[in-house]
Amino acid sequence: MFESLSDRLDVAFKALRGDNKLTELNIAESIKEIRRALVGADVNYKIAKEFTDKVKDKALGVDNVLKSVSPGQLMTKIVMDELVELMGGQAAGIDLSGKPTVVLIAGLQGSGKTTFSGKLAHHLKTKRNKKPLLVACDVYRPAAIDQLSTLAEQVGVPVYKEPGNNNPVAIALKAIESAKQQGQDVVIVDTAGRLAVDEEMMKEIANVKQAILPQEVLFVVDSMTGQDAVNTAKAFNDIIDFDGVVLTKLDGDTRGGAALSVKYTVGKPIKFVSTGEKMDTLDVFYPDRMAQRILGMGDIVSFVERAQEQFDEQEAKRIEKKLKKNKFDFDDFLSQINQIRKMGDIKSVLGMLPGVGKAMKDVDIDDSAFKRVEAMIQSMTPHERSNPDIMNMNRKKRIAMGSGRSLDEVNAFIRQFEQMRKMMHKIATNPSLMGMTGGGAGGMNKGFRR
Amino acid sequence: MGFFDKFFNRDKKADLDKGIEKTKTTFIGKLTKAIAGRSTVDEEVLDELEQVLISSDVGLDTTVKIIERIEARVASDKYLGTEELNAILRSEIVNLLAENNTEDLDDYALPSGIKPYVIMVVGVNGVGKTTTIGKLAWQFKQNGLRVVMGAGDTFRAAAVDQLKIWADRVGCDFFSKGMQADPAAVAYETVQYALQNNCDVAIIDTAGRLHTKINLMQELGKIKRSTSKSLEGAPHEVLLVLDATTGQNAIEQAKHFTDATEVSALALTKLDGSAKGGVAIGISDQFKIPIKYIGVGEAIDKLQIFNKQAFVDALFEQ
Repeated sequence: MFESLSDRLDVAFKALRGDNKLTELNIAESIKEIRRALVGADVNYKIAKEFTDKVKDKALGVDNVLKSVSPGQLMTKIVMDELVELMGGQAAGIDLSGKPTVVLIAGLQGSGKTTFSGKLAHHLKTKRNKKPLLVACDVYRPAAIDQLSTLAEQVGVPVYKEPGNNNPVAIALKAIESAKQQGQDVVIVDTAGRLAVDEEMMKEIANVKQAILPQEVLFVVDSMTGQDAVNTAKAFNDIIDFDGVVLTKLDGDTRGGAALSVKYTVGKPIKFVSTGEKMDTLDVFYPDRMAQRILGMGDIVSFVERAQEQFDEQEAKRIEKKLKKNKFDFDDFLSQINQIRKMGDIKSVLGMLPGVGKAMKDVDIDDSAFKRVEAMIQSMTPHERSNPDIMNMNRKKRIAMGSGRSLDEVNAFIRQFEQMRKMMHKIATNPSLMGMTGGGAGGMNKGFRR
Repeated sequence: MGFFDKFFNRDKKADLDKGIEKTKTTFIGKLTKAIAGRSTVDEEVLDELEQVLISSDVGLDTTVKIIERIEARVASDKYLGTEELNAILRSEIVNLLAENNTEDLDDYALPSGIKPYVIMVVGVNGVGKTTTIGKLAWQFKQNGLRVVMGAGDTFRAAAVDQLKIWADRVGCDFFSKGMQADPAAVAYETVQYALQNNCDVAIIDTAGRLHTKINLMQELGKIKRSTSKSLEGAPHEVLLVLDATTGQNAIEQAKHFTDATEVSALALTKLDGSAKGGVAIGISDQFKIPIKYIGVGEAIDKLQIFNKQAFVDALFEQ
């Protein structure tokens, strides 16, 4: 797929080199590239088309006076801005004004409603200082009630359930009564998964909504959903007129075009994104990050932010200098490991970089390998650490003893360190080596066919 | 209809029809609309066709492939009327599915001479692994086989309970070591249980996992290896469950699960709610792994054997 959209767009514009202006003729190819990117990310075909038509109009109206900006970059910016605007809208909080506030959760089977309910309870309890009550209204799926109960216990929130009662309306109403009596101020109603085409089940959720009059109705959608996201979102919206969308399973590698399809179709804000199986993995939605993700540009902003939070700039400069002089030593290596570790699990950190994400999936990075490396470095004398070149057999033997690793491991590590040092020196002295990207656009004259 | 009668009794055909009703209405409806008022297959008709295919989650690559073939036919036949497009498209899709070189099953009969036949079930979160296991076990049970389910999802809240309920419904054996147990140990002991209790089939559930989580994917490898240790040659089938409403990510899922566990069969679930039976076409084209089963409803008997011809017929039936 894409390394980055702007690279691809630049290629699309290369055919018309020298032409720094956007014209009907020279953007035709790039419009196709954009559409391709969107459809490849599971954005609904029709929406992708309408979107690119809009982008085209915008692009033709822009006067590119900036010589330093390539047409590809300019187009990317226009696309990004449009996409962010489309997915953003007003800041979307959650309405907690009710006494108690009632939140209704709805969605397809397997979209992640129950897990999200647990996460929302945790979020409201820890971040908003609320006293939530979880309500088990999925009376159909085997063990759904047990699942919610287990999650409730995990997050330390009470759960209302009536095993044996298969009337979700009655359960929800009694739960609200119970919340009033027990002083719980948010009632989170988890419901059974249902297909939009299942009229009976859709009627049921409409009845639940009508009976409990929730302040918030949240529609949970799997971020991996394909073209059907539009139909599903529309059907649910027609029937329960939800207030917001929750995107789940975003910790995978899906580009998440469903987010755009849903937002575009129903115009409702995306209020939360869910990114893992642990109860604290719930985030607010950032339209710009989602836009980059859909366009296959990596989550650069998140990466930069996390890096900024954790990264010591002076330290980085010092190391860069050492790299250039080929003076990078074991101490520096240790400090680098610690820097990276502060940012989180190494794979997820690297995975946020554009282009790297895809490559990284096949690479096995074991965090515990760092521990072994640390042990080995810490078994070196200060002199050895700052002078990697003095390493000899006796020293290696001693390091092996000290770190509890085998001599082979020590040898392998030092060899790897040397290779890495050479590589990094090369890159530090010639940064263009980092920016190598492959692939070409190829001419498409109609649709997506070549 | 003749074809159907061979493989399906009337009820089953009705299920398949109903199950992919949405696919049908969108697929055929859109196509008919797209070519209405046009007599020849020209560029614009092909563009419309492209939209119909992509909107059905067939996927970009496979869509391009199908259209290129039709383009080639247009070029060689010089003139191609739109009334023929339906038939040609149908035959091209059947061809594409057939190129996969995978044989459709006739029924739920298992290869003879393997006992217990061990099936390991894998997939991302929420695709319907446990439900598929329940339905599959029920089918085997109907055939008079003794089945044991192994509760290998020891991670997700109440997953063991959920499988247990299915085992009770089906009336089959159930093996569990509780929540938090080592899934590899559960797999090993489920096979041992099957050996000791004369079971014909052992179906091992695993926790849902996103294919991007390396550690969890490695865990699957470990579960598989411990199954082999328990019984040489096991698992005899690694069944990847895919959600039919999933978009292009289904392809990534298939790739990564195959790398981790040598997936040997696919089950496509939730085909009843999706306008997107098209994903079956994309997957068959991109993978040489057979789609064995399709889920077309929530009831226990709503699992079917995938049959290419029947699938395409249902897709094109007016």
